Amino acid sequence: MNDIILQLSGITKTFPGVTALDQVSLDVRAGEVHALVGENGAGKSTLMKVLAGLYKAEQGDIIYQGRTTDVAGPLDARRKGILLIHQELSLAPELSVAENIYLGAWPTNRFGVLKKRELRSKAQAALQALGCAFGPDVRVGTLSVAMQQMVEIARAEAFSASVVIFDEPTASLTDTEKEQLFHTIRSLKARGVGIIYISHKMDEIFQITDRITVLRDGQVQGTLETAQSDVNQVTRMMIGRTLDTYFVKAKADFGAEVLRVEGLSKAGLFNDVSFSVREGEVLGLYGLVGAGRSEAVETVFGVRRADSGQLVWKGGVIAPPTPRQAIDMGMALVPESRKEQGLVLMMGGRENTSLPHLSLFSALSVMNRAKELATFEKYRSALSIKTTGPDQEVSQLSGGNQQKFVLAKWLCAGPKLIILDEPTRGIDVGSKSAIHELIAELAEQGLAVIVISSEMPEVLGVSHRVLAMSEGEIVGSFEGQEMNEENLIDAVSYHRQSAVG
Amino acid sequence: MKFDLKDALRRHGLLLAFGVFLLAVAANADAFLTLGNILDVLRQVSITGMMALGVTFVVLTGRLDLSVGSLLTLLTVIVVDQHNQSGAAAAIVMTLAAGLAVGAFNGFLVGFVGLNALIVTLAMLSFLQGLVLFYSGGSNVNIPNAQETWFAVFGRGDFMGLPVPVILFVVAGIIAGAILRFTTFGRKVYAVGGNQTASVFSGIDSRWAVFWTYVISGLTTGLAAIIMGSRVMGAQNTIGQGYELTVLAGVILGGTSLLGGRGSIFRTMIGIAMLGFIQNGLLLLSFPYYVQWIVTWAVIILAVWIDIGAKRGRIFA
Ligand SMILES: Nc1ncnc2c1ncn2[C@@H]1O[C@H](COP(=O)(O)OP(=O)(O)OP(=O)(O)O)[C@@H](O)[C@H]1O
Ligand SMILES: [Mg+2]
Repeated sequence: MNDIILQLSGITKTFPGVTALDQVSLDVRAGEVHALVGENGAGKSTLMKVLAGLYKAEQGDIIYQGRTTDVAGPLDARRKGILLIHQELSLAPELSVAENIYLGAWPTNRFGVLKKRELRSKAQAALQALGCAFGPDVRVGTLSVAMQQMVEIARAEAFSASVVIFDEPTASLTDTEKEQLFHTIRSLKARGVGIIYISHKMDEIFQITDRITVLRDGQVQGTLETAQSDVNQVTRMMIGRTLDTYFVKAKADFGAEVLRVEGLSKAGLFNDVSFSVREGEVLGLYGLVGAGRSEAVETVFGVRRADSGQLVWKGGVIAPPTPRQAIDMGMALVPESRKEQGLVLMMGGRENTSLPHLSLFSALSVMNRAKELATFEKYRSALSIKTTGPDQEVSQLSGGNQQKFVLAKWLCAGPKLIILDEPTRGIDVGSKSAIHELIAELAEQGLAVIVISSEMPEVLGVSHRVLAMSEGEIVGSFEGQEMNEENLIDAVSYHRQSAVG
Repeated sequence: MKFDLKDALRRHGLLLAFGVFLLAVAANADAFLTLGNILDVLRQVSITGMMALGVTFVVLTGRLDLSVGSLLTLLTVIVVDQHNQSGAAAAIVMTLAAGLAVGAFNGFLVGFVGLNALIVTLAMLSFLQGLVLFYSGGSNVNIPNAQETWFAVFGRGDFMGLPVPVILFVVAGIIAGAILRFTTFGRKVYAVGGNQTASVFSGIDSRWAVFWTYVISGLTTGLAAIIMGSRVMGAQNTIGQGYELTVLAGVILGGTSLLGGRGSIFRTMIGIAMLGFIQNGLLLLSFPYYVQWIVTWAVIILAVWIDIGAKRGRIFA
C-alpha cells in the first residue's frame, strides 16, 4: 500500500528574473493524499505544471512508477496517467461533457472520424463511476463550477489516472460541493491513486490529507505527517511566523450613510434587494455561490442594469451610474473573477493599477509614468506583491499575487465605498490575514466596506453586520449576538427549503 | 540557462529569414543596397505605411478594418477630382473630411451597435467601390497641370534630400506612436484589446475607444490618398484595390497581434518596411510582378501562425 508511485527529484525551473523551483524533491505514495502548501508564488502551480508536461524543468527527474519519465505535454501526461486539475478550470464551454472529458484524445476510426457512440458510452461510464447527476451530452458552459470540476475529475476515471493533482479545487465551491469533492477524493484514494492536493485552506488540509510538503520561495521546507503536525507548525514553515487565529474587527464607529440600495430587482438574478452601508462600517454579504450577490453588487457599480429599484448615494437619489460614474463618485469593486473581470493579463502591474483612474495618472491626457511607478511601488510593498518589476505581465504572476494587484488598482485612488467580492480567494494564509487587517484599517479610515464571502468565519470575522442572501433575495440581517454561524446557516438553508418545497 | 533554438526561432525567425533574404538579394542585385533604391522603397511604402498606422489602432483593439483599400480609391479620386474643380486646399480638406466620416461610420457600427468588425468593414469595402464608380461615372481622373500645382509636393517633393512622403509617414508615425504610448487614449486601446470585460469593470467606455480607432484609420487613409493622388497625379477606379491586405500584412508582420492588446506603431513601421524591401527585392531579382502577391500571402500566413502559436504557447508540436 505504501509504495511510492511518483517521485520528483531535484526539479529546478527558472523564469526570467525568478527561480520558481529550486531543487525540489517530493514523493507521492499510492493511495495517499499529499498536500502541497506555500505562500502565493512559492512555486506550487509551477511544480505541478512541470509534472503535467506544461513546462520543461531545467534540471531534475520525474520518476513515475519506478521509471524516469519524460512528460512531453499535457496530453502525454494524461495518457500516462498523470492528471492535473487546474487552478483555473480549462474546459471548452461550447463542447459537450463527453467531448471535454476526452478533449484532444477523442476516439476516432481509421479515417479520423469521431466515434461518437464510443465517446458517449465511455464518458457515461466515467460519469457514473463518480456519481454525477448530469449526462455526457450536456454543454459544459451550462454547468456550475462544481459540475465543471467533476467533468475534469471524470478524466481521472476515463484515463485511469494513477496520479491526480488538484490545484486549489475548492476555491469556488459551496460546502456541500466540497463534501462531494472530498468523497470523490476518498474513493480515488481507496483505488490506490496518488493525489496531490494544493490549497490555502488549512482546515481542508488537515481534514483530507495524509502528508504535507511545504514549499517556500521554490524550495522544499520539509514534509510532515499530517496526523503529527498542526496548523501553527505548517504556518511557521510557510511564512516563518505563526498567525493569530482571531480576526481583527474595525472599531464600530460609524458615520453618515454612504450607500443605500432600495428594492433592486433583476428578473432571474435577484429580487427586491435593499441594504445600506455607513462610513466606517463593514457590511458582510454571506451566501452560497450563485446566490446573486455578485450580480447585485455589479448592478450597483453599473456594470449591469436593474429592472427596478433605486440607489441613494450620500443621501441623494442617483440615476443608475455607468462604471465610470461609479468610480468617479468613489465606488470601487474588486470583482469575483480576477482573470476575466479584474486584470488585463498582458499588461504589467503598473498599467493594471492605474487603469481605472487614468485621469488621475495623467495631465492633459498624457500619462504620468513617474506617478504610476510610485503607486506601483507603494502597493507592491504594502501588499507584499511578488513580481519582478512594474512591467512584468501579470499573466506570469501566481494566482494570489494577481489578486493583490486587483486590490491595488482599487485602493490606490482612495475610494469612499469599496465592495470586495471574494477578496481572499486563492490568497495564502499570511496575506489573507493581511487583507483582513487591511479591511479593518480601511473601515477605521472611514470607508464604507462591503465584503462578499462564501467563507463563514471570514464574513463573521471582519463584518459589523451580515446579510444572508439566498436565491437572489436577502433572507436575514444579523448584528451583535445574533451574528453567528447557526443563524446564517439557518437563514440560508431555511430559505432554500421553502423555495424548493 | 541553456539556449533554446526552437524558442529563438519562434521569436526571431521572421527577422532571421528577412536578414537572409536581404543578403541574398544584395549579393545578386548591386542596385539593392544603394541609397537611391532604399529611398525609392521608402517612398513606395509611405502610402501603405500611412494607412497601416491607423489600422494598427484598430487591430490593437482586436478588430479589423478591411475597408481601407476601397476607401483609398475613393479618397484618391476625390482629391484628384476636387483638385481640378475646387483647388488643392479645398480638395485636401474634403478628402480628410470624407475619410473621417467613413471611419466614424465604421466606428459607430462596430463600437456602438456592436456589429462584427469583419462584416462591417467588408461591407464598407464593397459599398465604397460602388460609390467610387458612382462619383467618377466610371472614368479615370487626372490632374492636367501636374508641373505647376503645389499639390505635387506631397507625393513628389523632396526636402533636404528626403522624399516628402517619407517624411510625412515618419512624422505621422512618431505622432501615432506617441499617442499610443503616452496618452490615456492609447492606454485604453491596449486595455480594450487585452481584455474588454476587465476594461469595462475599470470604467473604460470601450465603445468610444473602438469608435476613435476607426476614425483614426479613416484619417490616415485620407493622408495616404493625398500622397497617392499627388504622386500619380491621377486616379483610376481601382487604384487602392488590394491595399487592405498589404496594409494588414505589414501590421501583422510587425508583430501586432490580431487578437488585440499587443503590438506597436514602431513594429508596424518595421513590418511595412520589411514588406516593401521584400517586394522590391523580388522585382530586382526579376521575378514577375505577381510573385509579390504569392509572397505576401506566405508572409501573412506565417506571421499569423506565429502570433497564434505564441499565444497558445507552442507552434511546432
Ligand atoms: N510563465 C511565467 N513566466 C514568468 N514567471 C512565472 C511564470 N509562471 C510562474 N512564474 C513565477 O514563478 C513563481 C511561482 O509561481 P506559481 O504560480 O507556481 O506560484 P503558486 O505557489 O502556485 O502561487 P499561488 O498560491 O498564488 O497560486 C512566481 O514568482 C511567478 O511569478
Ligand atoms: Mg498556484
